[in-house]
Amino acid sequence: MIECLNLSKKFGQFTAVDDLSFTAKKGQVLGFLGPNGAGKSTTMKMITGFLEPTSGHVKVCGIDIAADPIAVKQKIGYLPEGAPSYGEMEVGQFLYFIAALRGIKPSLIKPAVESVISRVNLENVYFQKIETLSKGFKRRVGLAQAIIHDPEVLVMDEPTDGLDPNQKHQVRELITDMSKDKTIILSTHILEEVHAVCDRAIIIAGGQLVADNTPAEMEGMSRYHHAVSFISDLDTELLNKIKQMNCVRDVSYDSRLKETTVFPTQGLFIFDEISEFLRKQSIQVKSLKMEAGRLDEVFRNITQPMGEREVVK
Amino acid sequence: MSQIKPIIKRELQSYFATPIAYVFIVIFLIMSGVFGFYFGSLYERGQADLVPFFSFHPWLYLFLVPAVAMRLWSEERNSGNIELLMTLPVKKMDWVLGKFIAAWLFIGLALVLTFPMVISINYLGDPDNGLIVASYFGSFLLAGGFLAIGTCISAATKNQVIAFILSVVVCFLFLLSGFPMVLNFFKIFLPQVMVDAVASTSFLTHFDSITKGVLDLGDLSYFGMTIAIWLYATGLVIDMKKAD
Repeated sequence: MIECLNLSKKFGQFTAVDDLSFTAKKGQVLGFLGPNGAGKSTTMKMITGFLEPTSGHVKVCGIDIAADPIAVKQKIGYLPEGAPSYGEMEVGQFLYFIAALRGIKPSLIKPAVESVISRVNLENVYFQKIETLSKGFKRRVGLAQAIIHDPEVLVMDEPTDGLDPNQKHQVRELITDMSKDKTIILSTHILEEVHAVCDRAIIIAGGQLVADNTPAEMEGMSRYHHAVSFISDLDTELLNKIKQMNCVRDVSYDSRLKETTVFPTQGLFIFDEISEFLRKQSIQVKSLKMEAGRLDEVFRNITQPMGEREVVK
Repeated sequence: MSQIKPIIKRELQSYFATPIAYVFIVIFLIMSGVFGFYFGSLYERGQADLVPFFSFHPWLYLFLVPAVAMRLWSEERNSGNIELLMTLPVKKMDWVLGKFIAAWLFIGLALVLTFPMVISINYLGDPDNGLIVASYFGSFLLAGGFLAIGTCISAATKNQVIAFILSVVVCFLFLLSGFPMVLNFFKIFLPQVMVDAVASTSFLTHFDSITKGVLDLGDLSYFGMTIAIWLYATGLVIDMKKAD
């Protein structure tokens, strides 16, 4: 359980985080979204006790971090941005070192290291120096370091940044596995990731909270929510016919992909109507599908300053 | 306290995992030998003591100790590792102390490895071995003082080269304030009490009195205080600078 109450952080004149409040519950995977420089990392640094907030409070598992930082740090596993570690150490050595500093009992350190090694698949690089590892392995070492003490709260700053698709998949599976009995916060730029692992997403822009929804709700905010798209050769006449249908708000046509997207009037399902229409006109259609909504479009709309926003009709 | 031990162990391991340890120790041994024998005429003097050897230690440390200290914190900040360190459930001063003690032990090891000097002088003559032990102790304290200064300056910058140069300069000032040339200059316009005060801030004054065999509580507490103050300052600097 993580509670942030009116959290603010100023660096000189610059306000990085501005009166941010939210709560993350046990069993929840909370996604932190936002453009670069929005204050995601700064917020995470305050939750993990690296930075002191200018004002406001952070409580982790009911303990105020300002009152007892060591107790809070004990409960948190943290993967900082870029997964820093000691390059000249071997993977095994490094994990033993972290385990000792985490206050794991000497007799339990060996099993803890062994279990975390197998969970993140580091067996083959156990004796290798960390600086000689590839980016994906380094990231996994960082992850191992963060979960070695089986923390109640896990905070990860861009855990899948720079990983290849297989590694991303592994990390996401790991996160989903752990999510049952932990509170997890992760930041990401990758919107599909929100879909894949998060129960809830928070969007931050300019240090302020601008959206707090489930990924599905967020997709509902998209113009593409329940829109129907298909690929086919259409002429203007047909496009106009579709446009004139009652249930249709707008139609767009991408001439390069030959993709037509039909936007429904607010709240309507138009999949049946459109497929019926296409059949009647006996138009050859490739890949007819209904869209759930596009997170990237919602993200752009929410995080861009008013003037630059795409107009949602 | 239990967490300082793994920190010290890791730091010492890291010296020997990289060439730092070997380069430092070899250079230290060669230089201390060269200074003692050639510039200090240890052999030609015909006296059975190690005074020439120890009298060059402040100048040797002036460059070698900042070289050890420069990476202590600036490297952690530069690599972003500091974020990991400061979010582990370890007190900040445990890190400061652990890193300092490891570096100090490391320099101590280099110092111990000069033992052939002691054997040679005992072979050649009949030196006052008590004085030699006191001198080693003084030399170790002196290194600790320099190291504490270097640690603090290293925490203030991400750049190791800057940390090195600034540390050398500050350490030099602390040496200089005990130099007769500087003290004579102050004597022109300052009363003797003030001149003594300036002299008492110098590493050299206190080091000299220890190497003369006088284990004065004042000299010991001077080094103890210096180290404590600079390490405390290191903690403050880390807090101020960690977010940059």
